Amino acid sequence: MRLRPPDRVARVPLLELSGVTMRFGGLVAVNDLSLGVEPGQLYGLIGPNGAGKTTVFNVITGVYRPTAGQISFEGHSIGGKRSGSITRHGIARTFQNIRLFADMTVLDNVKVAFHCRQEAHLGAAILRSPLHAAEETRIDRESRELLKIFHLDNLAGEKAKNLPYGSQRRLEIARAMATSPRLLLLDEPAAGMNPQESNDLMDLIRWVRDQYGMAILLVEHNMKVVMGICETVHVLDYGSTIAVGPPAEIQENPKVIEAYLGGA
Amino acid sequence: MKRLAGAAGFVVALWLANGLLAGSLVPGYRISPYVLQVICLAGINIILAVSLNLINGFTGQFSIGHAGFMAIGGYSSAFLTVTFGDRIRAAVSFLPESGQNGVLLLAGVAAAAILAAIAGFLVGVPSLRLRGDYLAIVTLGFGEIIRVFILNIDAVGGARGFSGIPKLANFFWIYLFAAITILVVSRIVRSSFGRTLIAIREDEIAAEAMGVDTTRSKVISFIVSSAMAGIAGALFGHYLMYLHTNSFTFIKSIEIIIMIVIGGLGSITGSVLGAVLYIGLTEGLREFAQYRMVLFSFLLIVLMIVRPQGILGHREILAFLPRRWRLGVDAPPAAG
Repeated sequence: MRLRPPDRVARVPLLELSGVTMRFGGLVAVNDLSLGVEPGQLYGLIGPNGAGKTTVFNVITGVYRPTAGQISFEGHSIGGKRSGSITRHGIARTFQNIRLFADMTVLDNVKVAFHCRQEAHLGAAILRSPLHAAEETRIDRESRELLKIFHLDNLAGEKAKNLPYGSQRRLEIARAMATSPRLLLLDEPAAGMNPQESNDLMDLIRWVRDQYGMAILLVEHNMKVVMGICETVHVLDYGSTIAVGPPAEIQENPKVIEAYLGGA
Repeated sequence: MKRLAGAAGFVVALWLANGLLAGSLVPGYRISPYVLQVICLAGINIILAVSLNLINGFTGQFSIGHAGFMAIGGYSSAFLTVTFGDRIRAAVSFLPESGQNGVLLLAGVAAAAILAAIAGFLVGVPSLRLRGDYLAIVTLGFGEIIRVFILNIDAVGGARGFSGIPKLANFFWIYLFAAITILVVSRIVRSSFGRTLIAIREDEIAAEAMGVDTTRSKVISFIVSSAMAGIAGALFGHYLMYLHTNSFTFIKSIEIIIMIVIGGLGSITGSVLGAVLYIGLTEGLREFAQYRMVLFSFLLIVLMIVRPQGILGHREILAFLPRRWRLGVDAPPAAG
């Protein structure tokens, strides 16, 4: 019998991928990937360009149906379900190429994400029932609170497309948070940010995790961010896992160095 | 209570306006029947444009089948009032004649809305999986299928047209339903559900990723829109007292699209403006006889060059008024 650290034994994975493969014709974008994210964990997924990181996100969130393998979230199999249903299960995501609702206000962008946890139906809205009004008030309040956390409250009435780049990235995270996820997938949240902005982002991600206790799966090219906040780092190359472990180990791993810098 | 009083006041005002226009209120005063007809048809166009805007403008799903749903509403309601009219009148014989007409019209409108909604569901479920051009082609096809189907039903006149429909709709009923349409659509788009529709228009993948059941939202929006087109069809038939499938070709669908594009996709007041402008222009240019459509097309081209987003764009007319006139109706929420 192998001995494992006690805290590892007690924790059950929140998200578990086993043997997930995603094939596009002859191209194997993700090859036999297995990983487990525990509740409250900060899990980093890295790899050179084209390693299949975003494909992994798309498979988890139901944009693609995996060619083979199992995906389970809190013990329920979610492989092949539709994105909307997976989000309602408790997984939210942001996009690498920002996908905000450009022509809606910042506030409405967040409000849309609250819809999936709502009770009142269309009839209530048309008849202006008290239930609908109460819910609208609650959503408005919670949306503004969320915007405040992300320092976007003073931009609430602005169209999303008019926001500066860094604020758009923060709004994407705020919007994902509004679906009350237990697992948050962040696809390159620091892309295009200057060092100061990415430092602030690291603090924010850590704060969100501590405050809401949600697990975060992070794809990122900015090594400073990944090594700075992730507890476990998972390295992909050509769709296959080449290393998993704490950041300090990964930085020393010869296979990882080879994948990034090329063989000698 | 305040809301109820407002609604009652509106109905009374509409009833008085109806009396004034039809000449029963002030003896000797009467506007020309031609102008009255144009005003009434404008009201029906408002219902069509506002309802189509829900699916085309707010949800961003380009449908060219609106005339088909209008036809379903027109024919089904007319069939009901012609076939069962006497029995319905007998059941409410205690009412005065105008009351009986109202009950009969409401029965027709209800049948029209329900059947058009069912048709909207049947067409929407398979076709709303498609996007952009594909959806446009499929809805165009369904619109034509509905028309040709009706053309071959002998019980509603077939190619001869459906005549002998009682005159039940008038200015009052048409504008009452136009107001209801505007109210319902504006409440939908300002609701939480309405936000999901606009989110689908802006980015369907992101909407789905935010937990929105995009198929469900699109189908519901399509059903509501179809039901309203059915109501417009019922009013149309009971106003002109005659229906022919030639009124419901895809040209009619295109006309409604022109109305909402003129006014601005995603603007309710824009649709109202577009519907009124459309009928105003086509009627107003009549004196140019054979050059009418040339001039009309030319005006459309100029508008699309000068203001491609339509007259009002995505905004409502209130947003263009000076701030102090708006009384906070459309003012951006204070940052807090």
